[in-house]
Amino acid sequence: MKIELDYLTRIEGHAHLVVDREAGKVTSCQLQVVETPRFFEAMLQGRHYTDVSTIVARVCGVCSISHTLASLMTTENALQIEVPPQAQLLRRLLSYGEIAQSHLLQLYFMALPDYLGVPSLFHLLDEKQELIARALRLKRTANRICEVVGGRPIHPVTTCIGGFSARPEAGELKKLRQELVATLPDLEATVELFSAFDYPEFSRQREALCIAPEGHYPLHGNRLLTSSGDNYQADEYRSKIEEYISPNSTAKLARTERGSYMVGPQARVRNGHQQLSPMAVRVCSALNLNPAGLNPFENLKARLVEVIHYTEEALHTIDELLLTGMNQVLAKETPAEGGCGTATVEAPRGLLFHNYQYDKQGRLETANCIIPTAQNLAAIETDLQLLLPELLEQPEEQLRKNLEMLIRAYDPCLSCSTHLIKIDLV
Amino acid sequence: MKMKIGFFDFAGCEGCQLTVMNLEEELLQILQLVEIVEFRELMSGTAEQIEIAFVEGSICRPGDRERLQRIRQRSKFLVALGSCADNGGVNALGSDRTPEVLRQQVYGSDLPHLYTETPQALSAVVEVDYRVPGCPIDGHEFLAILQALLLKQHPELPSFAVCVECKLAEYPCSFDYGQVCLGPITRAGCQAICIDGGGHCRGCRGLIDNPRTSPYHQILEQHGLSVEEILDQYRTFNVNEKSS
Repeated sequence: MKIELDYLTRIEGHAHLVVDREAGKVTSCQLQVVETPRFFEAMLQGRHYTDVSTIVARVCGVCSISHTLASLMTTENALQIEVPPQAQLLRRLLSYGEIAQSHLLQLYFMALPDYLGVPSLFHLLDEKQELIARALRLKRTANRICEVVGGRPIHPVTTCIGGFSARPEAGELKKLRQELVATLPDLEATVELFSAFDYPEFSRQREALCIAPEGHYPLHGNRLLTSSGDNYQADEYRSKIEEYISPNSTAKLARTERGSYMVGPQARVRNGHQQLSPMAVRVCSALNLNPAGLNPFENLKARLVEVIHYTEEALHTIDELLLTGMNQVLAKETPAEGGCGTATVEAPRGLLFHNYQYDKQGRLETANCIIPTAQNLAAIETDLQLLLPELLEQPEEQLRKNLEMLIRAYDPCLSCSTHLIKIDLV
Repeated sequence: MKMKIGFFDFAGCEGCQLTVMNLEEELLQILQLVEIVEFRELMSGTAEQIEIAFVEGSICRPGDRERLQRIRQRSKFLVALGSCADNGGVNALGSDRTPEVLRQQVYGSDLPHLYTETPQALSAVVEVDYRVPGCPIDGHEFLAILQALLLKQHPELPSFAVCVECKLAEYPCSFDYGQVCLGPITRAGCQAICIDGGGHCRGCRGLIDNPRTSPYHQILEQHGLSVEEILDQYRTFNVNEKSS
């Protein structure tokens, strides 16, 4: 008998799950990514370096800021442009806003309905008015960070090569700080809400990869760390990570020589929990989240811990910006004539790689991008294959729900994962 | 009886649907007036009949065409949401090459499930009643169009150029920095947000109805800008628009 979940809902992008079972045994389990390929890497060829980040941001509306920043940093590495410290701080602040926004959307609107037993939060408009209002307030404030720094929440307009083409007014940052402080009671209520749920039990060994937590919790940086202790420069990624094509998926998948691996909130918490903010550490205990835990359903808890962490970090970053001022937010040097560069940033769903080669006229020759979900897909599929036999006794409706919940726990972002992955022809 | 509306997506970044989500408190108010019956990103479930279908993304595969036709059949109004749906948007950037070449370039192979055709706007497949331009859409423009439809009026887009909004806001002119700007020929409605952000207009809202190209060519010549620079800008969001 066949279980098919077509057009999985409450995830970003398009996927089907197809499970075959015979005589109580699972014979195959495939997560099929059916998102349309959009060929961004090819479309970037020949583009001037000043236009690349604007185009590549359109890979994904949910993580357009991460794509923009990864793209700018890659070009800056390739053309040897040094970004001023104040602009780096503003970029961190922008990332905090995006990650918090994306996490809150996932937690409240995509994951929570499963735990409350409704098809969507909109079905609770009358009974849970306060909960929905709270979700929207929290999301609003996270979006406000992106608006104040990036000009708008999706596809930022103030970011450019070398830093920023427009800076926020000090008054706006002060107001934003007040708004962030005002969300603290809502965040407390959110922690209380998510600490009361029973998360399905399921664990397996899997490797975790993120930016190395050197001085900061993983966010921007050029060194990477795996849970098995491998610490390497981002530009060595081609010798560490292999991209491959599966006949079931328009997304290219990724693996290391040790097999599939995980990126994202749980991977960052696992490798970088020593750098979590004091408030986030307390929330870890309140949620009963073991940082070294291997239950993928607990990605939800890790996501909430990160919302708290990035909110606290955003407050400190605003203070620092107000203290040091924002006199120089744009690099002054002239870009080098051509070159090759790699950069990594932590997007909401995990590690994002961009790698470009420019010719002497500053036009892009080749681009390679590896997206978080493409890295998680193989891990999700392996999880599903191992989880399924444990669930086969359950009524079909319950079984479907559990499978969907596992996929959603990873917060797959499929509109991204299919566009940007390029094979290396060796 | 609340009006039933649905959100649908094809090839795109889902940024326009996210912009609708980002209306937050205003979205809650809308929900007093309409019922969202389909929105895959946020809910499970489907509906038989829909008053207004908002459709994001471009049409790239044979299956897309059939799915869009089915959405059209069960919807009273169909509204294109964002530039990918409206004119192909950035998805059309690869249309100078065949899909076969693109597949080879990106995947290095030609497996059947990677098959796509040259991305098209919704209007190439079905009748589109109204459109919300932009990459991404402007949330308040979306609200204005929804409001008009709720009041059984015909929503209208601004017929003037971004340049007008920019001048009214007294932003410095991009051309004075030696930067090509598509503001003089691009449809207004964005409040010149990119110029406010220190950038220039890349034309994401598509062309105004009758762009006056000869004075525009003069401006470009006066500022000593090359044809290549102009085309670079033009070939970002307007690949499918006719140039002159």
